[in-house]
Amino acid sequence: MENENITLSRRDAMIKLLRVAGVGAGAAGVGLWLSRHSFRPEIALATAAKRGHTVPENPALPEMAIIQGDDPARLVRQAVDELGGMRRFVSRGDVVLVKPNIGWDRTPEQAANTNPDVVGEIVRQCLGAGAKRVIVTDVSCNESRRCFQRSGIAQAAQGAGAEIILPDPSRFKDVDLKGEVLREWQVFDPFLNVDKVINVPIAKHHGLTGATLGMKNWYGMLGGQRNQLHQKIHESLVDLADFVRPTLTIMDCYRILLRNGPTGGNLDDVLLKKTLVASTDPVAVDAYVAKAYWNLEADALPYLKLAAARGLGKLEFEKVRTQIKNLS
Amino acid sequence: MRLPKPTRLRLYSQIFFFSLFLFFLLRTEFRGSFRESSSEIRLPYPVGFFFQIDPLVGLSNALTGHGLYRGLLWCLVILIPTMFLGRFFCGWICPLGSINHFFGNLKSERKRGKQLLESNRYKRWQTAKYYILIAVLVAALLGTGMVGWLDPFSFLVRSMGLSVLPTTNYALQAGLGALEHSRFEVVQSVGGVLHFILGATLLNFKQPYFRDGVWLGLLFLFILALNFRITRFWCRALCPLGALLGIVSRWSILGLVKKPEHCNDCNRCLLRCQGGDDPIGGVPWHQPECHLCLNCVDECPERGLEFKFFPAQKTAGTNLQRRKVLTGLAAGAALLPVMRSTPGFAAERHERLLRPPGAVDEEFFLSRCIRCGECMKVCPNNALHPALTEAGVEGLWTPILVPRIGYCETSCVLCSQVCPTGAIWEITAKEKGWSVDVSSAAKPVRLGTAFYDRGRCLPWAMATDCIVCEEWCPTSPKAIYLRPTEVIDAEGNIKQVKQPYLDPSHCVGCGACEHACPVQDRPAVYVTSVGESRSRSNQILLNRRKS
Repeated sequence: MENENITLSRRDAMIKLLRVAGVGAGAAGVGLWLSRHSFRPEIALATAAKRGHTVPENPALPEMAIIQGDDPARLVRQAVDELGGMRRFVSRGDVVLVKPNIGWDRTPEQAANTNPDVVGEIVRQCLGAGAKRVIVTDVSCNESRRCFQRSGIAQAAQGAGAEIILPDPSRFKDVDLKGEVLREWQVFDPFLNVDKVINVPIAKHHGLTGATLGMKNWYGMLGGQRNQLHQKIHESLVDLADFVRPTLTIMDCYRILLRNGPTGGNLDDVLLKKTLVASTDPVAVDAYVAKAYWNLEADALPYLKLAAARGLGKLEFEKVRTQIKNLS
Repeated sequence: MRLPKPTRLRLYSQIFFFSLFLFFLLRTEFRGSFRESSSEIRLPYPVGFFFQIDPLVGLSNALTGHGLYRGLLWCLVILIPTMFLGRFFCGWICPLGSINHFFGNLKSERKRGKQLLESNRYKRWQTAKYYILIAVLVAALLGTGMVGWLDPFSFLVRSMGLSVLPTTNYALQAGLGALEHSRFEVVQSVGGVLHFILGATLLNFKQPYFRDGVWLGLLFLFILALNFRITRFWCRALCPLGALLGIVSRWSILGLVKKPEHCNDCNRCLLRCQGGDDPIGGVPWHQPECHLCLNCVDECPERGLEFKFFPAQKTAGTNLQRRKVLTGLAAGAALLPVMRSTPGFAAERHERLLRPPGAVDEEFFLSRCIRCGECMKVCPNNALHPALTEAGVEGLWTPILVPRIGYCETSCVLCSQVCPTGAIWEITAKEKGWSVDVSSAAKPVRLGTAFYDRGRCLPWAMATDCIVCEEWCPTSPKAIYLRPTEVIDAEGNIKQVKQPYLDPSHCVGCGACEHACPVQDRPAVYVTSVGESRSRSNQILLNRRKS
């Protein structure tokens, strides 16, 4: 009986031993399980995304409309009407993404961002055609909240009933773009899985390519190290254009930035052209505007040839069915 | 209806002013609006309110700048009532005081029973703050704004804005991310709702990062932890604002009246005393130490303590010793010469000492800047950071632009709007002058000049197209210009690329080129301070001198 005071009873000793053994076995089990699940850290796989947003061609309608006039909103209405009306492009219940250029902390007069009245009118047309949601967004270069506010686009688009989405850093997804030079890249998630995409660029001068037009606007859906894209600018532009294949391109040439683009800033660089070019052919519209305002032949913009070769559109804009109207 | 107890009222006041402080700090940020498109962006709230009512900031500004900058006259709203009433500010308003109050009240192993009584008794070391005050004021008179290292609002804004809030944001974003990427839809939607609520109130649009934020945070924690040993050590021993208010309250007309006939030496008044001003019987009351928290009056079971106007009892003063006052004076007088006689300020200016737009010349800047961090908190690009060594010892925690993290936004002048002392003089976007031809008659603000490292630049060294720097250059005409050049690539093919050059007469030093450069670690284009418009001597170009 003396022993009881010094060591545990057999029963308590067994319980204690079992407890320790249980924890030990548990630790060994977890260890074994973990050791079989060791893996070299890899960046998560890209998500699959919808490619292409085009609508069927209609040989009875023009493919491109070039409209001149004083009121930017009227230019939009006329241009879309010429191409068959917004109902041709947007079906009831569609989710539509409108992609203006909201890249720079500039005011509308400085012509570094798309004209807010043009964006507002496009939103109204989409909603009028029965779109369920119209999203207006861009991944800005400068501080996005300043760009969205000072460009006037957020106000105009929200006033027209659009949903404005700021480029929230937590909303980028790794996507396999399946391009020739662009594979896995961070894409801002509102651009994924929408029904229709309308590209609304503004025509501007650019130091590297001479002009920044419609296709260059797709840089604004990417996150990540976008600043590397210039190294293969032509190939990457075509990869992006091939990935998106927009429903419609509406190029704002109301004010164009002739020099010191794409940022501008100086009102002396801005030329009032009061024009809007809309087209279902993203290649032809870029080719036309480059020739019309910068006298750039297709040879000067190699991405146009690459894009045409990949079947994204026609290089010879003269051969595209075009409607030209002057409203003033 | 009966009025709540005075101590209750004090608590409400503390909660109100702390909430106001936190609200202003959270709104020291441009949040943007989809409803307006005004091109001139200003903050809607007077976020610098607490600095404007801070008499220490006002006094320092008057001593260094021989004037009172925008709004600092408001400090009389605190200073003059303090002369009549005493340090009500410390007990009722000061947000740092309230935090210290809160932490001092928490139960602590080191502060129980007798230890607590001992901790709360008047201590000789409480006079330290007066010597600190003397030193910083003398230093201010000689021309340095170091008072901000210890000014309670500078300390609080710097600690909270540059460390506590970014930490909170990181933690909340991580938590929300885990919820929103959950496998279960219910959890996802809860995460979505939380994200929406927090996004509208607390969260930053982009995670802010601040250089040396962790040290600022640890220093803050240390000051708070001191309360576990000694109640409100900061307020009693260190705070130069408390010292200033203590000195001016020496002749206040409101005072504590002790009724010895009621006192049975229970010492309960001491248990909750905040200022260490000895409300107990048998010793004189230390008027300049009292925060007017009214706890002693509330606590006394015999109703033997009362605050009365024009009390007749003799009280103890600040208790300064002549020798230590002289030491404080000497220390203050020596501070500036010691720090300025090392290279850095005059002889070898750090090349990366890029100051915010609107900053006055370095000598004036160091004298006015109170290192509060408001400019760093408000910068939408997270471009401004507390300096560690770039501005010398004297310039510790003054703002510098770090273009690799963020560049200076073309039309943004928010830092100049929030600067409480005019170290960054308030300018408009038009005065900043980056959206027009900078070589024209107007004199733009220049922060420095960009330089190319041709050995790392893609078109220069690697026969590869790039010129992202030129694309981002915000001036018009652009400071970066291109020359098409034939280069030979690794295979021996002749190839045409555009190589960038810099025109210093157009460069404003915004750092957008450095920020955008695809050479991620050490960019091929970088900005140094030479050419900054605030300096007459730190220039390259001959013709810049006269403008």
